Amino acid sequence: MLTIHCPCCGVTAEETEFHAHGEAHLKRFGPGSSEDEFEGYLFMRKNPKGVHFERWRHQYGCGKWFHVARCTMTLEVFGSYSAQTTEPPQEIMDIIHDRRPDTAAGPAR
Amino acid sequence: MSTRLATGGRLLNTAKPLNFTFNGKQLRGYEGDTLASALLANDQMLMGRSFKYHRPRGVVAAGPEEPNALVNLGSEGRFEPNQRVTTTELFDGLEAASQNHWPSLEFDVGAINTHLSRFLPAGFYYKMFMYPRSFWKHVYEPFIRHSAGLGKAPKARDADTYEHFHAFCDVLIVGGGVAGLEAARTAGRSGARVLLLEQTNHFGGRAPVDGGTVDGKPVDKFVEEILAELSEMENVQLRLRTMGAGVYDHGYVLGYEQLTDHVPENAGPRHRLWRIRAGHVITATGAIERPLSFAGNDIPGVMLAGAMRDYLVNFGVSVGDRTVLVTNNDNAYLTAIALKHAGLDVPAILDARVLPQDSELVAQARALGIRILMGHAISAVKGGKRVTGIAICSQAGEGAVLEEIACDAVAMSGGWSPVVHLWSHCGGKLRWDSKRACFSPDVDNPPKGADGVGFVTTAGAASGMFPLDDVLHDAHAAADGVMTTLGFKLPRDISPPNAARREEAPMAPVWMMPHGAGAKLREKTWLDYQNDVKVSDVRLAAQEGFVSVEHAKRYTTLGMATDQGKLSNINGLATLAGALDAEIPTVGTTTFRPPYHPISMGAIGGGARGATFQPLRRTPMHDWHDANGAIWEPVGQWRRTYAYTRGLESTHDAVMREVKNVRENLGLLDASTLGKIIVKGPDAGRFLDMLYTNMMSTLKPGKCRYGLMCNENGFLIDDGVVARIDEDTWLCHTTTGGAESIHAHMEEWLQTEWWDWQVYVANVTEQYAQIAVVGPNARQALERLGGMDVSKETLGFMDWADGTLGGFNCRVYRISFSGELSYEIAVDASHGQALWDALMAVGADLGVMPYGTEALHILRAEKGFIMIGDESDGTVIPQDLGLSWAISKKKDDYLGKRAQARSHMADPERWQLVGLETTDGSTLPDGAYAVGEGTNDNGQRNTVGRVTSTYHSPNLGKGIAMGLVHHGPDRMGEVLSFPGVDGKVYEARIVDPVFYDKDGEKQNV
Amino acid sequence: MSDPVSALKNIFDDTGLVRVSEIGPIGMVTLRGDLSDKVLGKAAVAAGGVNLPEQGQCNTEGSQGIAWMSSDELLIMCPYADVHARLADLQEKLAGSHALAVNVSDARAVFDITGDHLREVIAKLAPVDMHPDQFNGTMFRRTRFAQVPAAFWMPDGRSARIVCFRSVAQYMFDLLKDAAMPGSEVRHYA
Repeated sequence: MLTIHCPCCGVTAEETEFHAHGEAHLKRFGPGSSEDEFEGYLFMRKNPKGVHFERWRHQYGCGKWFHVARCTMTLEVFGSYSAQTTEPPQEIMDIIHDRRPDTAAGPAR
Repeated sequence: MSTRLATGGRLLNTAKPLNFTFNGKQLRGYEGDTLASALLANDQMLMGRSFKYHRPRGVVAAGPEEPNALVNLGSEGRFEPNQRVTTTELFDGLEAASQNHWPSLEFDVGAINTHLSRFLPAGFYYKMFMYPRSFWKHVYEPFIRHSAGLGKAPKARDADTYEHFHAFCDVLIVGGGVAGLEAARTAGRSGARVLLLEQTNHFGGRAPVDGGTVDGKPVDKFVEEILAELSEMENVQLRLRTMGAGVYDHGYVLGYEQLTDHVPENAGPRHRLWRIRAGHVITATGAIERPLSFAGNDIPGVMLAGAMRDYLVNFGVSVGDRTVLVTNNDNAYLTAIALKHAGLDVPAILDARVLPQDSELVAQARALGIRILMGHAISAVKGGKRVTGIAICSQAGEGAVLEEIACDAVAMSGGWSPVVHLWSHCGGKLRWDSKRACFSPDVDNPPKGADGVGFVTTAGAASGMFPLDDVLHDAHAAADGVMTTLGFKLPRDISPPNAARREEAPMAPVWMMPHGAGAKLREKTWLDYQNDVKVSDVRLAAQEGFVSVEHAKRYTTLGMATDQGKLSNINGLATLAGALDAEIPTVGTTTFRPPYHPISMGAIGGGARGATFQPLRRTPMHDWHDANGAIWEPVGQWRRTYAYTRGLESTHDAVMREVKNVRENLGLLDASTLGKIIVKGPDAGRFLDMLYTNMMSTLKPGKCRYGLMCNENGFLIDDGVVARIDEDTWLCHTTTGGAESIHAHMEEWLQTEWWDWQVYVANVTEQYAQIAVVGPNARQALERLGGMDVSKETLGFMDWADGTLGGFNCRVYRISFSGELSYEIAVDASHGQALWDALMAVGADLGVMPYGTEALHILRAEKGFIMIGDESDGTVIPQDLGLSWAISKKKDDYLGKRAQARSHMADPERWQLVGLETTDGSTLPDGAYAVGEGTNDNGQRNTVGRVTSTYHSPNLGKGIAMGLVHHGPDRMGEVLSFPGVDGKVYEARIVDPVFYDKDGEKQNV
Repeated sequence: MSDPVSALKNIFDDTGLVRVSEIGPIGMVTLRGDLSDKVLGKAAVAAGGVNLPEQGQCNTEGSQGIAWMSSDELLIMCPYADVHARLADLQEKLAGSHALAVNVSDARAVFDITGDHLREVIAKLAPVDMHPDQFNGTMFRRTRFAQVPAAFWMPDGRSARIVCFRSVAQYMFDLLKDAAMPGSEVRHYA
């Protein structure tokens, strides 16, 4: 069971206080988008073995959504950051590059 | 025979005798005994029967690794099977019974299997029970079910209680032997929060049994001093009877504390599950001795050498009068020496090694006059229910008998394996230590935590360090290293204690005894006692192609069941490696999974039982409903009233009565569970326009509008009435089940997609008790309460207003889910019961009756109103339900709009909502499918529709239903066939789903 | 208007390790808005009668106080009888701001637990480090108690206040009573 840090209220707690909500940094496609764009938005997920950017909610705590950068293989957590962003902040990317120099990790699709 | 000696027993309190029973026989032991030591003291060597062959089995170990001696403990609400006698503390009144035999332990019919063992080889089940197929159900399965399984399942409700406890520490130390204590002292000196768990009822582990000195003092004295020092440290907590059961991600550890198993008369929970979050875990879990593989090594009286020493030193129990020791290492000589010192006979030591010269312990044994046969082995053990002697052979040969010796016990030692389970649970890797012939932790590959750094360190024998001095130095260094990593400062002048060193000769790996044992001996040589797996079985598995250790495990059942191969795994995989002609490390180990040792289901469940099994949500009027005949219906975690029964009235009759009364007089419904969410802000209208399929921004303050919500897949997820409160505030009603999820759904979009929109939401569901006042007399009832104008002119259909009724501050919504004149009154929850009482009082002569959810369902079905969860199931879009009128054509976007434009969603072939009316007035079965022409590829009838809601309508006097039907709205009047699971075929006509008051006159009065 | 009735009519139990009592109803207002906004801050202080709490804290004084619920939410507490007046005043002061203030007094149940073992009782139910070095002072923690969301704080060293939803008040009472069962002392923080 993971330990998660909520950047919104500052609490670090066990996973049971939180809920995971899948891949982060999805770009919404609405009416007018092509079939391919919409399919990608609705169904296509990276599901990587390794560095992953995820949405989490502090369900039993402050109720806020935030993002976590995490390794799906080792469960190593690189950091938590605001949900109000379209890409991971530089300091998170720096940590990832530092700890996973071989990984060209990024949420780019 | 096994007996209690006149002296000895360092853990016993002989001043306190205890009475207990085994298979009904009255026996006596002492405080400090385990059930194993007390049984042995009473010459009860035979303790159970093996799983497959029902062979007589005695205790072979002295700790949790014991595979044989499992018993049923207790009775009634305290009955528990498969309890290890070696880990069961004796208490006065303990009741134990052996298991896995019939009719008795002494005479077991199932023992016939041992003579059939030739026909029960590895993979027997898989091979034998394949054909003929018809035999499976009537012959094989009943036979297997009868004979399989360990122990009996408890039948009575558990009489005990259990709990969880969340604990946090910088360092968790698992194991209270000398290594754990030394690690705790070192860590404790840094000021860190230290928690140490010890699975037994005493500290010190086996070091005091094995003797020696630490800093010139006996080990017992050293343990006493270190405990005194630890008790002074406020930052160090020690827990006895608490096992480190499992190590999980990010420093999460489960501890299993046994609180009252040894004192059942005490108050409080029986077990406590510790949910521990540790900065670092030090496993000082010691090592487990391995058996040797020789023929007849499962006969009662054959025991691990270390275990025999434990019984002698800790409990003053001699396992036999004449004990032969068989070993491949020096350590086991301690047993022979201890037995000799206790005045017992050791006719021979068979040492598989040939040592160039006597090491210290060999010399000591020789000096005591013990006959030592180097390079020798056991060819076979003699005896049935008890060892009677052994046949000696050369280790190098094929087992030709050189000599027979009479004896009643055999002490064996194949070397020691570190207990690496906790290291391995979360991914710690192992490496093969060829010098000690064991897998030990690979310190370069520890389990890694949230920060990507190792969070488990082993200490002492768990690291593969066996001599006492090495154990203490390793434990000290481990704790020192951990504290430095965690950033704690240690006093620099502290050095580890020093133990007197003893020169030992190297052990020699021995995986088969004798080395060239033939098939006959291998068939009698047990690897896994609990599962009756022999050397011959593993070799057969290898021969048949089960070359992966994980496959061989499952094919042979080696290392399965309650002991998970604590004794058998290394010998088993060495045997597999031998059969494959491979190196042991390349064969590898099976996966170590938690828990280390079985823990009770009660502990896992903790307090979640009875009233606290799951939260039940109660409305403010719950107690009133309960006192007035409520039949409860679970709706999520809520309890809602299904119907209110009167006297001997059936539930169905109550529902019929309630439905009719609402249409004719006046009904009250507790609608408090419906979700109520406030949405406010300059962008609230725009936000709601995105959430609902219809337009909410154009709603006027004071007005209500019914709305539908879809997810991005286009599917209908919720519905409800939205009221506009003021210029920038709306109140959204959701379904009962949707309050939390829709609130979360709103927050999700606001926080993760439209975070620049100025909207706040608040879930105020439980702030209000909400009462639906429904029926032709509803207005009259409200007028009698008085306080606000509820007339048609002032408060028309789909209006709302704040005001007072009978002195209650309330908000009244003129909305209807029944098609009747209806008001929903929201009042602060703390006044809900009082308002309900007031409504019941004023309605008394207006025919008021409370009604439940089933009446609500029938009333809405009569009107053709959909219900989320009935008409929708996560694959239905509003367009399927004839709700296109509630989908705005003017909006560029709303959640689900793009998805609803996908080809499958816009497909005219989708099933559409219609009403269904049986041709004979009966009620359609719920969920029934309508069949059409032809069959599908599986030969099943093609389906053209299904029933989504079905009821008997007392107002219409017939069965009514709604369903989704292929081209339904175009097929009005057509009759469909619905085969029921009862074998009957129901005929129903497609009709308009609005069965009652089609023009909606009644709700508009 | 009738007399307000709390969820469990102020039930209590003092047979276990701690005294468990349902108190209230207590006046509570959820205030959502920009917590750094001066107008909002002043209005909140006026409504709660105490200073604004820091992140993760609460300030209480007798029956009134303010708790930090999240980065854009405060919980204002006051006597139940005052809540409508305080809410109206708050809404008036915030009329020109983008903020949301709603009465949630009746949506909640509040428990008081008192006794030497209260930290243990909480730690049996909530995944929170209750060591006195870790949970202390004016800390305010939103978490779960067994299977329901709850928030708690310790107004003084010897008692704790626990807030949960009204509908699960009976569940919470049963939980606390079970966790305080006689003979279940853990003595972990000794």
